[in-house]
Order: sequence, then structure tokens, then C-alpha cells
Amino acid sequence: MNKSVCLYFQVHQPTRLRTYRFFDIGKDSHYYDDFANRTILKRIAKNCYLPMNELLLAAIKASKGKLRLAFSISGSALEQFDRYAPEVIESFKALAATGKVEFLCETYYHSLASLASPSEFQHQVNKHKAAIEKYFGVTPVTFRNTELIYSDAIARQVYDLGFKTILTEGARHIMGWQSANYVYSAASKSAVRLLLRNYGLADDIAFRFSDKAWNEWPLTAEKFAQWLVDAEGEIVNLFMDYETFGEHQTADSGIFEFMKTLPAAVLAKDMDFVTPSQAVRKIKPVAELEVPDPISWADEERDLSAWLGNELQQEAFNKLYRLSEKLALVGDSDLWADFGHLQESDHLYYMCTKFFSDGEIHKRFSPYATPYEAFINYMNVLSDFIIRVNYAEQQN
Amino acid sequence: MRVLMFGWEFPPHIAGGLGTACEGIVKGLAHNGVETLFVMPHASGDEDQSATTILNASDVAVQNVSSTVEEFINKVKFMYVDSNIVPYVDPDEYFDAIEKMRREGLTQTSVGFGQKFNFSGKYGANLMEEVSRYAQVGGTIAMQHVDEFDLIHAHDWLTYLAGIAAKELTGKPLVVHVHATSYDRGDEKHMDTRVLDIEKRGMLAADRVVTVSDLTRNIVINKYGIDPAKVVTVHNAVDFSGRENIEVERGVKDKVVTFLGRITFQKGPEYFIDAAAKVLKRTKNVRFVMAGSGDMMNRAIQQVARLGIADRFHFTGFLRGAEVQKMFALSDVYIMPSVSEPFGISPLEAMRTGVPSIISHQSGAAEVLKYALKVDFWDVDALADDIYALVSYPALTAFASQQGFDEVNDLKWNGATAKLKKVYESLL
Repeated sequence: MNKSVCLYFQVHQPTRLRTYRFFDIGKDSHYYDDFANRTILKRIAKNCYLPMNELLLAAIKASKGKLRLAFSISGSALEQFDRYAPEVIESFKALAATGKVEFLCETYYHSLASLASPSEFQHQVNKHKAAIEKYFGVTPVTFRNTELIYSDAIARQVYDLGFKTILTEGARHIMGWQSANYVYSAASKSAVRLLLRNYGLADDIAFRFSDKAWNEWPLTAEKFAQWLVDAEGEIVNLFMDYETFGEHQTADSGIFEFMKTLPAAVLAKDMDFVTPSQAVRKIKPVAELEVPDPISWADEERDLSAWLGNELQQEAFNKLYRLSEKLALVGDSDLWADFGHLQESDHLYYMCTKFFSDGEIHKRFSPYATPYEAFINYMNVLSDFIIRVNYAEQQN
Repeated sequence: MRVLMFGWEFPPHIAGGLGTACEGIVKGLAHNGVETLFVMPHASGDEDQSATTILNASDVAVQNVSSTVEEFINKVKFMYVDSNIVPYVDPDEYFDAIEKMRREGLTQTSVGFGQKFNFSGKYGANLMEEVSRYAQVGGTIAMQHVDEFDLIHAHDWLTYLAGIAAKELTGKPLVVHVHATSYDRGDEKHMDTRVLDIEKRGMLAADRVVTVSDLTRNIVINKYGIDPAKVVTVHNAVDFSGRENIEVERGVKDKVVTFLGRITFQKGPEYFIDAAAKVLKRTKNVRFVMAGSGDMMNRAIQQVARLGIADRFHFTGFLRGAEVQKMFALSDVYIMPSVSEPFGISPLEAMRTGVPSIISHQSGAAEVLKYALKVDFWDVDALADDIYALVSYPALTAFASQQGFDEVNDLKWNGATAKLKKVYESLL
């Protein structure tokens, strides 16, 4: 059996909050920095989403359909496309129309609901599924949780929601001597198949591609395809943020030329491209994987510490999800929408204080000067939101 | 009677309480028939000069400075000062001010100084340079205006060297005014000995040392070893003229309990947070606000998160001018739990807005405010009790509000400066 390559790209944009002062609490319930959200989205659309979608569409055609790949697009990103750049949706639709692109399911708001509230998790997964059906006319059958967060408990929840394939990280502390380049099944639910990110090869593209100090620089499609051949196992899962292309790795790094030539280079070496759902049909699981504590694809630790690692993050997280029960009694769609946006994991990510190793990456993605400012601003917004929830509850 | 006065800032461009106090003092002195010539390092031109003449030290070219001053200056060796050292000055604000001065090329005058400084790019190093340069310029100004004043008055350590230089060159009596000491800024282990040295030198050289409270007077006598006979307390006052209470629309229905000031060790922020957690265990209809910034802010935020009260405890960051008034107007209770506060003008501002205040016994303001509630800063239970009482018992709140309002309206600079004038007279 020839080796398979599974490409999956994550598309997400946070709904950034405006500077929300204590003085605004109870007076102004618009929480979002519309200007920043629009500006950033339009920039990334121009640098990444539109040119890369066009490139992939051409590559699928050039390969006569042999190039296949998957996307997961968060609901928060879809909402911003709708509002600020509808042409991005159209270009994803064009990709969907080739039939070679799989759309995955995740939590609509790119949230940590899987760790907080089974009912909220179910609500968001179903909401996202419906959105994908609405936009792309396909029903997702594969699940990827926010930031590839995964555990045995999450596998059971996801299975109960009707998914039999989950993408997660090939975290070293989970894999031990085993290779991420096989299909595994979940220890807690043997019917669930797991596809594990090969972080070494994925990060060669996502992080190291333009690093001139890297001894493999410059990376060519030919060289990379040979690494895929040399990798042991049956499948190489290259999962990464879609913003890698043109945004994190800028156009002048040659990333687009690399991606343009990669499909032919891979196919020439007798490997094939598979989508996640094809992968689990084609490849049998080799073993069960037990993951008692949640893992993710973030930072060196590959755990939850980027979002829930310090007491600021835990406080914000606990105060937010404590509202779930009250909200369940209130049928107000505005409140539910804000509740969703406030759940975006990015808000907690901005509060991360791991400054000395991966902190640089955190800082690069944060609109705040410090994690403390992120916390203060978020809690001010949340305080206003709590007032509205309590008021709505009293009205009921 | 005419006084050459060295200050560091003057409204409207102020970073803290020192400039406000100086304005009150020169106006009060004018009322009492004392003229002042007010020198500051960098005047902007829009200061109110109705009660004083302001001299901008940045406009004075330093020429032919006598060797006395140079020798004197050369004894002062400073390389670097840590943050949190500037009395009344918010570090960020000070840095901004320095950066602005640097851009405008005003620090050019510091060359030819006979002393080399390591420019670390941090404000501390610049500050020490400013202090030394100010002394040099101060001496020059004193000589240029030697016939126009009877005595010299210098406010806080930043200006003491200028005061000493002026005294040495003119032989006229020197009054130093202690608004804060190093002992109010941190514990003894972390004190900057160079600042301490300037403070002591100023107090020793002075003919009279004026302190803003008996608390500070005791520090000056006991910690700096100054002869009690020459240390006089003149309590601060506050000028509310032209102040209208602003109307604000409240967003929250809950009672608001406010801490407003620099978030530093000296101000006791952690006691406020601990008390807030205790109050929130007993009543929910209250919110706490910590307004300001400072080197303990991040620790304070962590403390709030750890106690799980972040949905009821808010941070505003540094507030400016009108925002401060707005914050008072939104408050129901004001707290100043200072560990060591030479005076502390903020509860007077709060009470003037009708906000009952709880202040620590370890503040100078406690010596003059009868109608503020008082606790020891470390007594978190007592602080929590008082907060609870003020948000729960309207009769107490109304009483403290009305009596406090009347009380602070009687604390006028005219009275305080009459006492200051007597100090001057004793020297002439």
C-alpha cells in the first residue's frame, strides 16, 4: 500500500474585543472591535485566503483531482467572511464544488466548551455542522476540536454526537515509542478513529519554512516530498493553520511556489493525497491510544496551559461557564451570540503568561500589550454580560 | 515678603499630587501677602500665573556658574535609579514627559556638566540627571534674581539640591518641604541610598523643615535624625474653587467601592483586595474598583483572580483629569488603606464629592479628618466591617457623606499657608 498524505488546514479568526472600560459596564453592550476585525480580516483575505484558495483550486485541477485536502472553518471566521469579505466564502465554495475537499466539524465558536459543559459543546458542534451544510452543502463527518484538544472523555462525547473520526496532535508524551504516522483508535471508544498530526513535518512548513538559520533552508517541494517518503508508517498528517500561507510565511518567502509544486512532487513519488474520511476508510488502525488528560497542538507542552495555565485564565473561564445554566433558561438570541463569542479560546490565549518560551508566539497573536490587560478588558466585558444575563433571567 | 520656590511640576501638566499642592501653596501665600517666584524644570507656558511668577528652568542657559555649585554638584554621583522612586509621579507619566523633553532637545543643556552619565534609556537615569541639572540651573537663577527674594523654599528631594545651591550662593535661609520620604516609598532594604542621601542633605542644610503631617514629622526626626526644633508640621489642604460636581450616569446598580491611586506597596492595595473578598462573602450587591497603575498592579490582578472575585472587582488602569472626577462621582465608598502615607489628598477629593471614606491610621490625612472612618492598614477585618457598614446602613452613609463634605470644605490653603508664613517670619 502506498503512503498517504493528509492535508488539513484550520481557518479561524477571533472576534476581537474593543477596549472596554469599567465605565462602560451596564451602559454599552457592544463588545467588539469591528474596525480591527474588519481590517485584519481583509488583510488576511488578501494575503492568504484568496490567493491560496485560488492556488489550491488550480492545483486540484492540474492534478486531475488527485490532490485532496480538508478544511475546518470556525463559525466565528464564517461570520466575519460573511460580513467583511463574502468573496472568501465564494472561493471556498468553488473548492467544495471540486468534490476533493472535505470540510470538518468543530465547535462553532472555536471554544473550549468540550472542557466545560457537555450541553454547550453539543450545541456548538451542531451549530457548526448546520453552518457547514448551509454554506457548502456537505455534512461533515470528521471532527477536530479547538486547537486539536483531545482526551478519552472528549472522544466519547464526540462519538455520541455522531462522528467516528477525530483529528488530534501526535503529542510525544502520549505517543511514546509509537509513530504518529498510523491510524489509531480511541481507547475510550474503539469505533472512533484518530488521525495524529506529524508535528515535525507540519512545523517544517508552518514554522521553519522561512527561517534562514535553519540548516534545511531553503525548503523545496522535492526535498520535502523525499522526507515524506522517508517517514515510517502509512500516513503523514500535515495539519496546520491556513494563515501559514501568505500571513505567517509571507509571499516573498516562496511559500506559494512551494505549495504549487508540492502536489506533483508528492504524486511523482508514488504517494497519494487523502482527506481524513478517506484515510480511515483506507487505513486500518494499528492500536488503541489512551489519552486520560487533554492534549492539544499548542506550545511545547501540548496541553491546555496556553488557555488555562494560570489563575487569570481559570478565573475568566470559570466565571464565563458558570453562566451556562442561567442562559439555558433564557431564550435571547443576542445573549447567546455574545456568549458564544466570549467563549472563543483566543480571549483566554491572550491572557497566557508563559512569556519566556512560547510567549513570543502568544504575543505575536495578541491585540493586548500584556496578559493582564487582556484579563482586565475581558472581565469588564464579562461583567456587563453577567448583568444582562441576570436581568434577562429576572424578566423571565 | 518674597520667596524663591523650587518645584517639580505645576498644573495643568501634573503627574501627581505635588504640582497640585504647590499651586495651592502659592495661591494661599498670595492671599497672605507673600509673593513667590516659582521655578520648575520645564514650564509649558499655560500655567496659571495669577498668584506667582513661574520661571522655566529650561529657558535658562547655564553660564559662569560659580565653582561652589560645580563642586557641590560633582559630589553627587548617580548612575541609575530604580522605578518607584519618584514621589507623586507615575512612572509611565514621567517616562512620557522625559521622552517628550528629549525629543524637543531640552536635555541639551545638561552637557558641559563635568560629569558623565551612563544613559540606560530608562527614566530613572534621566531623572537623576534632571535633578542634578536642575540644581545647577537653580543656582544660576538664584544669582540672577538675588535681589528679588528673601528666602528659599524647596519641595521634595527632587528640588533639594537646587535649594541648597541657591542657599550656598546667596546665603539666604532655606525651607525644605517634605511631601514624602523614602520611607513612604518602600521598605528600608530596597531604598535608594542616593535619594536618601539627597533627602538628608536637604533637611540638614535647611533652616526649617516643613512636613505635611505629624506622621512625616516623626519620620524626619527619628529616621533622618533632624533636630525636632526646626521641624514644623503644616497639614495639606485642598483647593476646590471652581470645581463643580460632575453628573454621571451610573451603569451598574450595585454600590461601588473605590481605591484610587498608584498601585504600589505604599498604598496597601492587597489589603483592599482581601477586604473586598470578605465583603463579597456577605453581600453581593457591591463592586470594587481599583483605579490607577503601578508596579504592584499585576500582582493585584492575580490576587483578584485567585480569590475568584474578578467579576466584581474591576481595574480601570491609569485615570486622567476628568476621569478621576468621574470615578469619584461613580463611587459610594472610597478607600485609602495606605501602609505609609505622608498625607494623602485623595480622600479629601472623595469626601468633597460626597463619598464617605475609609482611610488608614497610617496616613497624614487621618490627623485632620474627623469624619473619615479609620482603620489600621493591616486590619482587613476592620476594613471589611467598615465597607459593609457603609454599603448597608444608609443612615451611617448619609452622616459620613454630609459631615465629610462640610469638613473638607473647611480645609483651606489660606489657613495652612498662614502657618507657613509664620515659619518664614521666624527665619527673617
